[in-house]
Amino acid sequence: MKKYIALVALLVVSGFFLLSAIEMHSFGSPAEEDMDRYFIENAQEEASTNNVVTSIVFDYRGFDTLGEATVLFTAVVGVSLLFRRLIK
Amino acid sequence: MMSKIVRTITNILYSSIMIFGFYVIMHGHLTPGGGFQGGAVVASGIALVLIAYGYDTVKSWIKKSNLSILESIGGLAFIGVAFLGIGTTFFYNFLANSGTLFGNPTVIGINPGDLNTAGALPLMSWAVGLKVLAGLGSIVLLMAYGIKKGDGK
Repeated sequence: MKKYIALVALLVVSGFFLLSAIEMHSFGSPAEEDMDRYFIENAQEEASTNNVVTSIVFDYRGFDTLGEATVLFTAVVGVSLLFRRLIK
Repeated sequence: MMSKIVRTITNILYSSIMIFGFYVIMHGHLTPGGGFQGGAVVASGIALVLIAYGYDTVKSWIKKSNLSILESIGGLAFIGVAFLGIGTTFFYNFLANSGTLFGNPTVIGINPGDLNTAGALPLMSWAVGLKVLAGLGSIVLLMAYGIKKGDGK
């Protein structure tokens, strides 16, 4: 029974991945490009940065970076919990 | 502890890797890279030294408790810089174009770049870089210790 559930789950997930791979846009032609244009034209003025990627990561999408830092912290806590018996 | 060849190459490469990592962190607002990438480069330097010299030698050079203190400082500094701009919004870039620290106005268009621009972004980049290098470094050290203990059993 467990095997069949795993097989069905595998088929569903791989079906979704295949579907998204078939429907994928070709590189450099996004469906919506208004936001990209906004970032490219205004990032240098608003965030006062030459590097548009950094201005998105630390300025426009600051909360996302906070979440990433939390993920890293959780990873460190998890590894130290995993090895705590050995360290004692 | 690896062979003498590996240790010699490590002695030559180690300083370059560290300087490159801190350069990527420092210039995150001008060149490709930033806090995460530079921190990962520095942590890879720590991993190289760890592999070349073995855990027992490195243990006396890098303390895990110092690394966890560094990581906490980085995380708190990141949130602190984000809270400093709370007069407008959380994560507001309050130093940009202010004329003070990192406050030079950026030339619009193609320009070679000025280190003293971008407002609060370099501060956040340093905080995240500190956090990532301490976090990944302590992960590498902990795993090396676990492997060493596991082999003994």
